[in-house]
Amino acid sequence: MTDTDTTEPEGTDQRFRHDYLEVRGLRVEFDGFVAVGGVDLTVTPGDLRFLIGPNGAGKTTIVDALTGLAPATGSAQFGGVELVGNKVHRIARSGVGRTFQTASVFDELTVLQNLDIAAGSRRGPGTLQRKRSGTPPAVEEALETIGLAGARDRLAGVLAHGQKQWLEIGMLLVQDARLLLLDEPVAGMSHAEREETGQLLRRIGAERTVVVVEHDMEFLRSFASSVTVLHQGRVLSEGSVAHVQADPRVVEVYLGSGSRGRAVGAGTGS
Amino acid sequence: MDALFSQLFAGLSLGSVLLLAALGLALTFGQMGVINMAHGELMMAGAYTAYVVQGVVGDAGVSLLVSLVIGFLVGGLIGLLLEVTLLSRMHRRPLDTLLVTWGVALVLQQLARDVFGAPNVDVRAPQWLSGAVQVFGIGMPKTRLFILLVAIVCVTALALVLRLTPLGRQIRATVQNRDLAETTGISTRATDRLTFFIGSGVAGVAGVTLTLLGSIGPTLGTAYIVDAFLVVVAGGIGQLKGTVIAAFALGLLQASIEYSTTTSIAKVLVFVAIVAFLQARPQGLVAMRTRSLA
Amino acid sequence: MSAQLATARERLLAGGRARTLGGFGIAAVLLFGVAPAALSDFRLNLLAKFLCLAMVAVGIGLAWGRGGMLTLGQGVYFGLGGYLMAMHLKLADAGPGGVPDFMLLYGDGTVPGWWEPFRSPVVTILAIVVVPVLVATGLGWAVFSRRVRGAYFAILSQALAAAFAILLIGQQKVTGGTNGLNGFRSFFGFDLADPVNKRMLFFIAAGTLLVMVAVVRRLMVSRFGELLVAVRDQENRVRFLGYDPAKVKVVAYAVAAAFAGIGGALFVPIVGIISPADVGVVPSIAFLVGVAIGGRATLLGPVLGAIAVSWAQTSLSESFPSMWIYFQGALFILVVAFLPGGLASLGAVWRRRRAGAEESGPATPPEPTPPDPTPPDDAVPAAPGDATTAPATSDSSAATAGRLP
Repeated sequence: MTDTDTTEPEGTDQRFRHDYLEVRGLRVEFDGFVAVGGVDLTVTPGDLRFLIGPNGAGKTTIVDALTGLAPATGSAQFGGVELVGNKVHRIARSGVGRTFQTASVFDELTVLQNLDIAAGSRRGPGTLQRKRSGTPPAVEEALETIGLAGARDRLAGVLAHGQKQWLEIGMLLVQDARLLLLDEPVAGMSHAEREETGQLLRRIGAERTVVVVEHDMEFLRSFASSVTVLHQGRVLSEGSVAHVQADPRVVEVYLGSGSRGRAVGAGTGS
Repeated sequence: MDALFSQLFAGLSLGSVLLLAALGLALTFGQMGVINMAHGELMMAGAYTAYVVQGVVGDAGVSLLVSLVIGFLVGGLIGLLLEVTLLSRMHRRPLDTLLVTWGVALVLQQLARDVFGAPNVDVRAPQWLSGAVQVFGIGMPKTRLFILLVAIVCVTALALVLRLTPLGRQIRATVQNRDLAETTGISTRATDRLTFFIGSGVAGVAGVTLTLLGSIGPTLGTAYIVDAFLVVVAGGIGQLKGTVIAAFALGLLQASIEYSTTTSIAKVLVFVAIVAFLQARPQGLVAMRTRSLA
Repeated sequence: MSAQLATARERLLAGGRARTLGGFGIAAVLLFGVAPAALSDFRLNLLAKFLCLAMVAVGIGLAWGRGGMLTLGQGVYFGLGGYLMAMHLKLADAGPGGVPDFMLLYGDGTVPGWWEPFRSPVVTILAIVVVPVLVATGLGWAVFSRRVRGAYFAILSQALAAAFAILLIGQQKVTGGTNGLNGFRSFFGFDLADPVNKRMLFFIAAGTLLVMVAVVRRLMVSRFGELLVAVRDQENRVRFLGYDPAKVKVVAYAVAAAFAGIGGALFVPIVGIISPADVGVVPSIAFLVGVAIGGRATLLGPVLGAIAVSWAQTSLSESFPSMWIYFQGALFILVVAFLPGGLASLGAVWRRRRAGAEESGPATPPEPTPPDPTPPDDAVPAAPGDATTAPATSDSSAATAGRLP
């Protein structure tokens, strides 16, 4: 269980072989309130899985539980490592990365410094006490991937909202995260930015396991390869976008709960 | 058996003083996140209020009761002034409030020194508080019992205000989610001011009762401020329950260690105990759960 | 605006090395050439004392300004270093096997066992660094690994200072009580009454301070320094990147403790006394005054601030003791409330005023703001120029300035 944070990933085929997320019977309770009540979930590499559901369905709580932020029971394995009950930084080192609803980058550091820190959790004291000389190749690559190569020396605090989100995703890339948990990555983005973000997710999702928590139905229809619908802490429906949209229970939940406006809007927009 | 009871009483007595000192902090630090290092000086202001009132009124009994009210107002008004002029600008920088209020504490201490003189002054205790009550063969000084009573009254009153009044609901809503509270029409500015007024007022009351324990001086507050903050930290933020339990627990712990060693050793051991306790419960006794990252 | 900012940063960073060397050169000339020539022996000794206090400030700048750990208990580490040194000096004055004078006065005339190792100069010098580091690491680890931070940490560190001072006062037989330890005659064999040796102590303090500033500068520009700022601003985010923030914080806190210990140790022969009045709650906060006024996140702000405040205190409190306290209190209130970046940020604030109030630069309200819907490409995040966000702005520019000498 702990050997993952001492050994570097071996060969490429070796490390991707078991890189799927397997959640069994995940439960999260807060003072008797059941936020997540026994969720099963399997996500494989190359899949772009969207988690949707009305407010309070437990989407963010699942992400919190998988990253060690919320206390959970049950099991959640990624790459053979048990995530439930593990420490936050150990989970991160086993290849699980996440973003937050509000972009949390280091505002007072440059884009380059942000990425460099993300790349360095395995650095020893010797490297840490030295000044950064040159740009690590992984960082250079990520700068290109997220389209911020021209802004490398800019303070992250002055980036536009969309750019901050991309920087966060870039940080996951250099962190060598193989399971990416993205919490509402396109919230507050312009249409063009959403489109670019979707393309970015497709590119990086080809060889990684990606789970996206999202409200935006248009974005979902454009980019999701599969969808899991949550309701009151349980899985309500799962499958392709078309399958889920046709599921009468999903329709009922969305129309029956207070989220009428959003569901209707999602149904009519294309 | 006697030893046990006298330790118990010493602990409860110390606990009640700690509680009075910490109660206002639990409100201003716990509810608003302001670390008011001048809280001790608000107590000092309360103590000097008792001194001045006694000079005017003369009768020790009447002046004590009058001082409790005026002490509340004096402490509260100084606190209100502090919140309006300085702290309201610093909501997003809680650590800086600590430094600013420390500067205020310095100024208030020197002010007291310039107005009342550096030497300590005495406030006479009323006749009906002299002597002791004999229970289980140990003498409980009436002044100590009076302080215990005042502490209980203050906690009860505060708990009722928080639970039953609209102000209490506004305070609790603001604590839990400031932005949301604002959108539901609560004036968080007004709530903050009232909270700070009440919290500071309780400090004034605490100061008045401290005059029963000994002479008072400009640095009266500094003796209590550190312990009072420890009580709030150990008790946890957001609920008075934790503060009450922590105050009496620390009082009893301090008294029982003191009994077998010395005061100075007891202080160090209590500190170690609190750090050890926070290992088990980093949020303090009573934790408020939120979903926020911070 | 942001593009200008970026180029300005690049230019400054490129010039950083030369400016640093230049800065060190000037400081060395001032400390080793000008000061000894211009100041009387008395004033030079006073300056040496300020340099010791500045050593504590350098550490606080790292732990608080860069690491966000508001440590209200640096007096503890200052005191540990000071008392360890004082114990050695007392034992050395008493001669081999001798008993320090105050023990004959208050105690039973025997030296307690735990004093004995400090007859050795080597053990003492080692302990002056190791003991503060161990205490800081122990407390820091216990606190940070359980994610106790912010105000909680500040309060705990303050309580430690209170407990330490009370312990020193209570154990008069072995610590000298309220009087502390004083009346030292020699320093590692050199007569402390000789002005030449006092002068040498000044040079030692000046050299030590310069080394400390160099160490902190190195830490600030290193990857560790970047990580420390990241931990200060977004501790949880750092944790999700696979780091253990507790380790990062403990290192910075331990370095600050070591600096305070060394400062305390040098303070003892220079001033001639260490007592609980130098280590308790009040002196521990007083260490912060200079740091806050100079500029907490900068490299030289804490040093210059500490020296300036100590100097002002000495000269003002001699003639107007009461005025000094009002002045100190007012200065503290004004700087922290209205200029949190310290005097070092005055330039940046002024430049920003001139550039126009609406473009406030990289404002970073500490609490996450709701995302701004569809900002244009180069938008500066919304920073209304009101009173609450403006101080945060100057804070961030102070952090930028911290990269410079």
